Amino acid sequence: MAKPDLIIIGAGPAGMAAAATAANGGLKVHLLDDQPAAGGQVYRNITRNQDRLTHLGPEYTKGIPLADALDHPNITHVAGAAVWRIDDTPTVWYSLHGKSHAIHADHVLIATGAQERPVPFAGWTLPGVMPAGAAQILMKSSDLLPKDAVLAGSGPLLYLIAVQMIEAGQPPVAMVETQTPQMMMRAVRHLPRALLDRQQIFKGLAMLRKIRAARIPRYTAAHSFKAQIQDDLLDFEFTSKGETHHLKCALVLSHQGIIPATHLTRSAGIPHKWHKAQQCWHPDHDTEGRTARPGLWVAGDSAGILGADAARAQGVITANAIICAVRGLRPSIASHVNAHAINHRNRAQAIRAFLDAAYAVPPEINTPPDDTILCRCEEITAGTIRQAIHDGATELRHLKTATRIGMGPCQGRQCDLSLTHMLAAQTQRPIATVGMPRARSPVRPVSLGEIAALEQTD
Amino acid sequence: MMTDSRFFRRENGTYDTVCLQIDGVQTHARATDTVAAALLAFGPAPTRTTGISQSPRTPFCMMGACFDCLVTIDGRPNQQACMITVQDGMCITHQAGFRPLEEPHDG
Repeated sequence: MAKPDLIIIGAGPAGMAAAATAANGGLKVHLLDDQPAAGGQVYRNITRNQDRLTHLGPEYTKGIPLADALDHPNITHVAGAAVWRIDDTPTVWYSLHGKSHAIHADHVLIATGAQERPVPFAGWTLPGVMPAGAAQILMKSSDLLPKDAVLAGSGPLLYLIAVQMIEAGQPPVAMVETQTPQMMMRAVRHLPRALLDRQQIFKGLAMLRKIRAARIPRYTAAHSFKAQIQDDLLDFEFTSKGETHHLKCALVLSHQGIIPATHLTRSAGIPHKWHKAQQCWHPDHDTEGRTARPGLWVAGDSAGILGADAARAQGVITANAIICAVRGLRPSIASHVNAHAINHRNRAQAIRAFLDAAYAVPPEINTPPDDTILCRCEEITAGTIRQAIHDGATELRHLKTATRIGMGPCQGRQCDLSLTHMLAAQTQRPIATVGMPRARSPVRPVSLGEIAALEQTD
Repeated sequence: MMTDSRFFRRENGTYDTVCLQIDGVQTHARATDTVAAALLAFGPAPTRTTGISQSPRTPFCMMGACFDCLVTIDGRPNQQACMITVQDGMCITHQAGFRPLEEPHDG
């Protein structure tokens, strides 16, 4: 295999836009993605669905030209490749159909996107409780629609999924929203900037109108979620406006926004920063996506949550900066070339601060009650963590050693954030000083036999 | 007992299908389904029990970030069902607890 100029990890909006831009600029691009087809989660399965699933709405079809642009002689798209390590030089190690490969390039762009924020509450491990985004993935990838589902939580994606379910003829049985009037009040000061992109505000209002027109029962300022199995169905309990409610349903689809997927960037030694408004960690980078590690770049939601449109623009911006680096051109040339994409990105992210404040994470998600499982793999409860901190654990690694939290197969993807929040809260430290748990390669499961049989390709 | 899937398959044109066996029952799925999607379409039953407390789980995140969808596929335990596309003749079974260490395993 000839050495590529650029390896891109992730074929979502940022990765696809970056691949096309770099390829058009003459770079040989290797695009590694763990899905069977390009699109990422937001445009998942777009190459097969095209514009046939009209209930998903017009935003989804924005993925079509992005995926089409990957058909370029300079792009090698490797589908089904799970990247499990990046090290110095930089070399990227990935598993494909049970065989691992190592590939080297001077530049590596990490565009691995986001995951849903874990939402621990009592009963969130029960069959029938899923993240709302997971249900949306099933809609996109398999034409499966949730039946008798309650949508619970907060955020623009929750409303989008509600509308998609309504349009598909399987509306949610209720929406249980954690948003409070105080959150909306705090968001108001971000409204002038959000108005830079009125279209997005109109789209949001149109979604709310559709939900209202469909007469979906809505409960607001909801808290104290609890799911139990009763007569084979889920009994979903919550409190809204001082009153406790019980809803019988087949599915509880919860959502509290998305967070950057940082296992790869963390394990590669890139420094990370705490984003207070978004309540998550993201890799530190400059406006063009450069990180402190030479040759490693980040773009899209894995660099910080901005949404698909901004991710696409950022993919273009970073790819142009990489072209300048490969060709030895002055970085200022990239900023000239990028003027249009920078405008596009700035407009697309104008609404973000408003959304972050309006759909803020409720505190009980960060520090749940004692009986709530935090670590789904090792089944460690919040109470066990509180006890371990009470017994003297002051660092994240103490808690891992004492309880095994975060040491199961998901490697902390479902509990890292809650754990960090709980340690910060109980030891009364700012979360930024608590830091984040170490992520170590392999960041994806790979058998020892596969590592032993590894062939290095340059 | 709840026997219907929690999901409803939208019939929208014709699709290639494959034959599968799920816990001994012959069924079919769309050729483009992931194993996790096929399991959720098949029924509501737990697809694994945990190693610590034997509590029931079904596929959760559908994007490779939670590992709750681990099942045994064609005799190989600990397979991430949401990251694997179904294949004709695949035999998928419920995984009870941790993968036994003494299990012969060629991976």
